[in-house]
Amino acid sequence: MRTMSQKDEIVAVIIEMIGALPQPPAQRATPETNIARDLGLDSLAVMNLVMQLEDRFDVSMPMDRLAEVQTIDDLAVTIADLQGG
Amino acid sequence: MAILDKFKPQQAAYTAMKTTGRDPFSVCFDEVVTPSEAVLKGRRIILLGTNNYLGLTFDRECIQDAVAAVRQAGTGTTGSRIANGTYGDHAQLERRLAAFYGCRSAMVFSTGYQANLGILSTVAGRGDTILIDADSHASIYDGCRLGGAEVIRFRHNDPDDLHRRLRRLGDAPGNRLIVVEGIYSMLGDTAPLTEIAAVKREWGASLLVDEAHSLGVLGETGRGLTEEAGVMDDVDFIVGTFSKSLGAVGGFCVSNLPDFDVLRVVCRPYMFTASLPSAVIASVTRALAHVHERPELRERLSRNAHRLYRGLAAEGFVLGPRVSPIVSIRLPSSEVAIAFWNALLDAGIYLNLALPPATPDNAPLLRSSVSAAHSDDQIDAALEAMVGIGRSLGVIAAPARRARDDQRAGVRLGEATWGQPGHGPARVAVTGS
Ligand SMILES: Cc1ncc(COP(=O)(O)O)c(C=O)c1O
Repeated sequence: MRTMSQKDEIVAVIIEMIGALPQPPAQRATPETNIARDLGLDSLAVMNLVMQLEDRFDVSMPMDRLAEVQTIDDLAVTIADLQGG
Repeated sequence: MAILDKFKPQQAAYTAMKTTGRDPFSVCFDEVVTPSEAVLKGRRIILLGTNNYLGLTFDRECIQDAVAAVRQAGTGTTGSRIANGTYGDHAQLERRLAAFYGCRSAMVFSTGYQANLGILSTVAGRGDTILIDADSHASIYDGCRLGGAEVIRFRHNDPDDLHRRLRRLGDAPGNRLIVVEGIYSMLGDTAPLTEIAAVKREWGASLLVDEAHSLGVLGETGRGLTEEAGVMDDVDFIVGTFSKSLGAVGGFCVSNLPDFDVLRVVCRPYMFTASLPSAVIASVTRALAHVHERPELRERLSRNAHRLYRGLAAEGFVLGPRVSPIVSIRLPSSEVAIAFWNALLDAGIYLNLALPPATPDNAPLLRSSVSAAHSDDQIDAALEAMVGIGRSLGVIAAPARRARDDQRAGVRLGEATWGQPGHGPARVAVTGS
């Protein structure tokens, strides 16, 4: 079973990775941040970020799952799910 | 909100581009005169962006056969292959394609796009996983969306990343299908097929290679990258198109799988669209014979590709990682790319403008495709125009300056360094690597 703290840890890693991007967003990301809309990232930058996360958590995110992700929290839930599965 | 309002951002970008020059998406030639020349607004221009790799669009024999076929079989089949659209010529072309590849079966589709749509959506189904190169052509992405398989992207041309992703799948049920391209259409780079075939074998996956840009271009007999890399036995499906080196329109898939022909009654993009007119089948059949019988076309193409690539590299342009008939120049911004493209057209050279986000690494590109039909003079004229405009736009340095700039010649895109405003020189990798 996935625990809350596991998901929260993933959220923290995602936020940290976003902060370390070559062109980080002006405002610090939060779990509610919409990845495509609020971070000023183009689709390629989003893909690269996702691939970095996939390596970090040793998962692959199928494209249909990715399509449902909007916020950083959604992304963390998906990664936690894939890890648990 | 009106139904098309969702496209406001694209509309705005398109309008902005049109105000800075011509509309690159609707160049309309008065006349296309030869495989390498057209007339645009009354002026002769050199065509350097048409994927007409072997220059067969005006081949005398191809035209003769097409004319004979249109007279004999009429202008269209008016139906799909399974309804009323299989003529003897379709079946014969399929046999010729199978023989050309040394494969058991071949299936002809109405376009290359539909071949990918059909094969990918059908051979992999619910419970299966398709692993595609992140830089795949739109038809591969769309074919994946049409089917029920899970789709996972791996980093462009990165067999290690592919390996990791197969490992992550573990022993989950379902088949795995790996999809790569022979030559990638934006930069002209090729897949590391030997390594990918090894990963495929290790994990017991199936492998599909889209040879759209490599049929008739690579390999001892023109079969493509699969042949060049010597991995015919490892590739389960080869997809290709008639719309580039074969100079017509249509697509195909060949395979050695014993039950391949069942796809004819389950593959919807094959079943529910009209089959190709006989005239197209006839010219394609002849063009395929040319690939086989006239290796000198491939040699000429290769010579022309080297001439353009070397010439541009020597001037300091940043190009794709390998010499191929697709020669792409990387430019620092979309504004420069659009200005460059317009200036080239003014100078009588037509090629492709590729803008983000449709390009690897989001780099604006000027994409040339060289043809066996180009003369040395045409390649040199294009080179001269590109160098002149490149200098005046500051994309490359003038000769005196370049001499000091120490050997930038031959810079490869995969290892290029770019000065980015505010960030100093940054290492730029080919997408995903
Ligand atoms: C890699 C690749 N696959 C498939 C296609 C589709 O081919 P067609 O133009 O025959 O539909 C293209 C070309 O557009 C392509 O570049």
